[in-house]
Amino acid sequence: MPSVKFIEHNGTEHVVDGTNGDSLMMIATSNLVPGIDADCGGECSCATCHVLVDASWVDKLAPATETEESMLDLNPDRESNSRLSCQIPMSDELDGIVINLPEFQY
Amino acid sequence: MTNIVIIGGGQAAGQAVASLRQEGFEGKIDLIGEEPSLPYQRPPLSKAYLSGALEASKLLVRPEKFYQDRDVATHLGSPVKHISPQERTVTVGETEFSYDKLLIATGGRPRKLTLPGSDLSGIHYLRTLQDVDNIRAHMATAKNLCIVGGGYIGLEVASVAVTLGVTVNVLEMESRILQRVTTPFMSDFYHQLHTERGVHIHTETTCQGFRGQSGKVSHVLCGNQEIEADLVIVGIGIIPNIELAETAGLACDNGILVDDHCKTSDDNIFAAGDCTNHPNALLNRRLRLESVPNAMDQARTAATNMLGGDKTYATVPWFWSDQYDLKLQMLGFSQDADAAVLRGDPGTRQFAQFYLSEGKIIAVDAVNSPKEFMVAKQLHGVAVSPEDLANLDVDLKSLVPST
Ligand SMILES: Cc1cc2nc3c(=O)[nH]c(=O)nc-3n(C[C@H](O)[C@H](O)[C@H](O)COP(=O)(O)OP(=O)(O)OC[C@H]3O[C@@H](n4cnc5c(N)ncnc54)[C@H](O)[C@@H]3O)c2cc1C
Ligand code: FES
Repeated sequence: MPSVKFIEHNGTEHVVDGTNGDSLMMIATSNLVPGIDADCGGECSCATCHVLVDASWVDKLAPATETEESMLDLNPDRESNSRLSCQIPMSDELDGIVINLPEFQY
Repeated sequence: MTNIVIIGGGQAAGQAVASLRQEGFEGKIDLIGEEPSLPYQRPPLSKAYLSGALEASKLLVRPEKFYQDRDVATHLGSPVKHISPQERTVTVGETEFSYDKLLIATGGRPRKLTLPGSDLSGIHYLRTLQDVDNIRAHMATAKNLCIVGGGYIGLEVASVAVTLGVTVNVLEMESRILQRVTTPFMSDFYHQLHTERGVHIHTETTCQGFRGQSGKVSHVLCGNQEIEADLVIVGIGIIPNIELAETAGLACDNGILVDDHCKTSDDNIFAAGDCTNHPNALLNRRLRLESVPNAMDQARTAATNMLGGDKTYATVPWFWSDQYDLKLQMLGFSQDADAAVLRGDPGTRQFAQFYLSEGKIIAVDAVNSPKEFMVAKQLHGVAVSPEDLANLDVDLKSLVPST
């Protein structure tokens, strides 16, 4: 099983297994990783699943859709590596991916 | 404290379990739900799951393993019959569960029609996974679908069905669809959209009964009209499931009455989700909402407070609806507005209608405009220049103070 390393804003690390096809949001919430609200359950409607993808992994992801991009654009904590975790499906290529969690979701 | 019992296996219940464990509660959790499934997402039931784009396994809020790993005792297909606040017990069949704190998250059930013919087969309601599975089985062969009630769920179903090639009629009693939930402007927009896609909308039309053959529905009766229908879906609102709470002596009034900590009139009993009537300080009123974000927020609030914390519930309500390729995101209460500002052109199917009160943003209806929705979310209650809002050349980002 591919694994994901989530790092909370306070530095706490969670290394958890994921199932291919499940979103990073689903993997985080199923493992009680704090810091992701996911109010819309993954429909790209709420932007409360914002994460910061470790720079070395950014290029391995499919680019954000226009909707995702617009939802992120107004996030006060937006960085160039910001993504909505419900829009990133797990795959073997992402085994070991490192995801930083923001302090707040908006 | 060692025992927490949760009644209801829906969205609020699912979030409460997660929040309790996340906050470090190590005692016993009993999750008792009437449905046979673990907590799942309801919104896709009238959207991607109905159309077949999403498979059932993707509906679960969390996988089964989660509940095993976190030592949550799940009792599914188990309707709670009785709560005894004095004994602090909950009864299912012959089994009693005792609690130190109890969470009621029983949601609501569809309001049913009791009209001549309303027990014919082919007439459905849409609340549970089981309901949609039944509807899907019929939809595959249906020619004429009649939807009773022009609310969001009905219109979402209409968009899926007409896209699949089914003839769709929508009956709405009021003078416009979505009357209870949005402004005339938005009702008109959606009326026109559905009409263009081939849906027949009949406003000021009351369903008076059904006619059928060999026990199966064939026509919907309204006034002197008969509309052909081999499949009927009734979406005329929900009734909150409060009977358990009422019988237990908890204060109820269009929902289980809770305070801003999600606590009921009994100190050991909390409630969350569609079944609650709760105060919202930001909006200065009590309300009962039917939305996932509300169910999740209240569940988080209740979980913290059940564990002795002090968390106040106060968020601006929001909701979304997917119809055809249009994503609608709504926030706040547009009824309270004294002015409306349109950004973008509805003709392009990408626009946002902002609602202001005394110059401050209090609501938005954003169609294919997630950015506009996010602005309203962040600037709720903040004064903005209407000219800037309406001007597509002004980047909305410049209106949000950076942190
Ligand atoms: C088709 C559809 C589409 C929707 N779309 C959206 C949307 O796009 N966005 C949005 O925000 N919201 C949407 N909603 C609303 C949203 O699903 C609800 O607001 C949300 O599910 C409420 O969560 P809840 O936990 O309060 O209630 P529910 O999810 O209804 O869960 C309550 C559970 O309690 C169980 N129960 C009841 N009585 C008992 C008892 N005595 N003993 C044991 N168990 C009991 C019920 O069987 C049910 O499983 C939609 C709803 C439907 C039906
Ligand atoms: S969970 Fe709502 S946008 Fe990702």
